[in-house]
Amino acid sequence: MRPLPRIALTALGRARRAAAFAACVAILAALAGCGPVGAPSKAALGAADTLAAAARDHAIRTLTEFDTGKVTILPGGRTLREYTVWAEEKTVEVAPGVRFPAWTYNGAIPGPTLRCTEGDSVRVTFTNRGTMPHSMHFHGVHRADMDGVFEQVTPGGEFVYSFNAEPFGLHLYHCHTMPVKMHIARGLYGVFLIDPKTPRPPAREMVLMMNGFDTDLAGAENEIYTVNGYANVYFRDYPIPIKVNELQRVYLVNITELDLVNSMHTHATFFHVYPTGTMMTPSAFTDVVTLGQAERAILEFKYKYPGRYLFHAHQNEFAELGWLGQFEVKP
Amino acid sequence: MSGWKLAALALLPIALVAAMVVWFANGGSRLLALTPAPIEALAFERVEFKQQEIVLHVRNEGPESFHVGQVFVNDAIWDFSIVPGRTLGRLSGATISIPYDWIEGEPYTVTVLSGNGIPHAKTVDIAMRTPAPSARLLLVFALLGVYVGVVPVFLGLLWLPALRAAPRAWLDFWLALTMGLLVFLGIDTLKEALEIAGRVPSFVNGVLLVALGAAAAFLGITAAGRALTRGEGKSSGMSLAILIAAGIGLHNLGEGLAIGAAYTLGEVALGSFLIIGFTLHNTTEGLAILSPLVEGSASWRNLAVLGLIGGAPTILGTWAGAFTYSDPLSLLFLGIGAGAIFQVVRILAQAQAKGGSALEALGRGRAAAGFVTGFLLMYATSLLVAG
Repeated sequence: MRPLPRIALTALGRARRAAAFAACVAILAALAGCGPVGAPSKAALGAADTLAAAARDHAIRTLTEFDTGKVTILPGGRTLREYTVWAEEKTVEVAPGVRFPAWTYNGAIPGPTLRCTEGDSVRVTFTNRGTMPHSMHFHGVHRADMDGVFEQVTPGGEFVYSFNAEPFGLHLYHCHTMPVKMHIARGLYGVFLIDPKTPRPPAREMVLMMNGFDTDLAGAENEIYTVNGYANVYFRDYPIPIKVNELQRVYLVNITELDLVNSMHTHATFFHVYPTGTMMTPSAFTDVVTLGQAERAILEFKYKYPGRYLFHAHQNEFAELGWLGQFEVKP
Repeated sequence: MSGWKLAALALLPIALVAAMVVWFANGGSRLLALTPAPIEALAFERVEFKQQEIVLHVRNEGPESFHVGQVFVNDAIWDFSIVPGRTLGRLSGATISIPYDWIEGEPYTVTVLSGNGIPHAKTVDIAMRTPAPSARLLLVFALLGVYVGVVPVFLGLLWLPALRAAPRAWLDFWLALTMGLLVFLGIDTLKEALEIAGRVPSFVNGVLLVALGAAAAFLGITAAGRALTRGEGKSSGMSLAILIAAGIGLHNLGEGLAIGAAYTLGEVALGSFLIIGFTLHNTTEGLAILSPLVEGSASWRNLAVLGLIGGAPTILGTWAGAFTYSDPLSLLFLGIGAGAIFQVVRILAQAQAKGGSALEALGRGRAAAGFVTGFLLMYATSLLVAG
C-alpha cells in the first residue's frame, strides 16, 4: 500500500510541474532559446564519476607512491632533493557520492609523500595557487625561518623551504596558517619521510595517513573518516594485495582533526611499533596502535596464513564511518 | 471592447511575468550577486521498520536538486538502495531501503549525508514493526476505534431520558454545556493541528492546510445546515443534532488518525489506561449531541444514526493513521474537524439566542454556568489522556 502523503505530494508536484510546463510553453512562445533550469545535466553526473575515480586512484597511488624529488649531487657529495608543491582549492570526493570543498597540496588529499634520506639537502618550492594565505610547516629540525609559520605565502606567492633532512624517521608536513585547525581539516597535509642512512630491511612499504572529514564544515565532528582520503577504499575498491611471510612496513600517520586520537588494528597478526620511526628498535609488539594528532609510527608485520584480513581504526565508530580496509594475503 | 483585445489585456501581465522568470533563471539573478550556497533541506516523511530492513521515505524540500551520498544508521555507513535514483529534483521524493537487523523497542538515528557533505538525520525513539494491512490488524484497529470513539458516544447518548426528565428551565444549561464541550474540542483539535504543522516540511505550509480545512468545513456545514432546514422551514432539533454529530465525527476522525499514527510510529503505547481515558473523555461527546433533542421527539433509531455519525469516523481515522499516515492529510482533516466544530457552536449559539445576541444569551446565569461546566468537564477528562 502506498502511503497517502506521497500520493498527495506527488499530485502537488504534478500540479506544479504542469504549471511550470505551461509557463515554459508561454515563455518559449515569447522568447527563443530558453534552456532548462535546475535539472542536473549529464555533464554534471559525469563529473561526479570523474571525482570518484580520481579519489580512488589517488588513494591507491598514495599507498605506494613516494616523491623522492629531483636529485642532484652537490659538490662535496651531499644529495640535493628538489620538490615542487602547490596549494590548490579543489572539490574532491571523500566517500562515494560525497564531495568536499578541499584545500589541497597538489590537488588531492593527502599531499604527495616527500621522501629523502637523513642528511640530504631538501628544497621544496611551494607556490600558493589558492585564494588565501597558506604555508608548509615541516616536522623536523630546521632554522626558524624555514618553519612555515611566520612566513605566510600569499595567493600567487612562492616560498622555497630549504633545510637538511633530520632526524630520520616518519614525519609530516601541513599548513600552519591560522586558523590551523581549519587549514588542516580542509586537507592541507602530507607525509614527510626521512630514511636512515643505513636503510631499513627490505619490505613491502605502504603509507597510510589517517584523517577525518568534517564534510558539513560545522567544526563539530567528522562525518567521514578515511585513510589516504577516500572512505573504505582499501575495503571496497582495492583490498591491498600482499604475500604470506613477506615483511610489510606501514608508515602510519595520524592527522585527524576534531578527534583526540585515531588508531589502527590489524586482524590476525601482530606488528612491531617504531614510534615516529626515529629509532631502529621497536617499542612494542601488538595489534593495536593509538596515535594522537600528528603522531605517527612505523609498523612492521608479516601474515602467516593466506586469506582476507581486515584492518581498521579500533574506534569502531571511525571504522564504520570509512576507516576500514582489508589485506588480501596471497600464498 | 472586442474579445481579442480583452484576452490580450488579460494575458499581458502573465506574459510579462513569464518573461521575467526566464530572464531571471537565465542569468538575470547574477545582477543580485546571489551566491550559489548549497541550502539543503531533506524531509523524512516516513520511516518504516520492516523485517531486517529500514525504509526511509524522503523528499527534497530545498531549492536545488539533492544528491544522496551516503546513508548512516546510528553513525555507521550502511549499504542502501534508492528508488528512483540518488539525485532528487526539487520537491521530488525517493525511497531508501537499508538492510538492517534492527531491534524492536530500541532507538535509531538514520542520517542521509548529501553530496555536499551535509548530514540530514532523523531519530526514531522506539523502533516498532510497521504494520502491514492485514485482516487481523484491520480488526484490531477497528476495535480500537470502537472502544475510543463509538462506544463512548453511544454511552453519552443514553443520557437523553435523564435530560428530558430534568426541568425545561435547564435547557439553556444543556445547550451552553454542549457549546462548552465543543469549544474545548475545537481548540484541542486546532492545538493538535498546529503541533503537526510545526513539524511538517516548510513547503507543505501546514498552518495554511489547517486553515483550508477549517474554512471548507465551516462553509460546508453552513451549506449543509441550510439544506437540512430548508425542507422544514426552521432549524429542527434533529437537524441540529445531526450537525453536531457531524462536527464531532470529523473531530473524532482526526483523533483516530492521531491514535493510529502514534501507535504505528512508536510514540505511544496504547495501554489500557489511555483507552479508558479516551472512553471517558469521549462519553461527553455523546452528551453534546443530545441538547437539541431534549424537546421534540427522537427515536432510538435516530439516536443510533447520530451515534454512528459522531463515533464511527474514529475507526476510519485509526485505519488511515495506522496504515497510510500522512502529516499533510492529518492537517487537512484536523482543520476540517476544527472548522466543523466551530460552525456547529455558531449554529447552537444562534439557536439559543433566538434572534438576539448570541453572546448575551450565553452570558445569562444558567447558560454561563453550563458553558463553563462543559469546558471543565472536557478539561478534567482530558487529564486522563494526557501524557
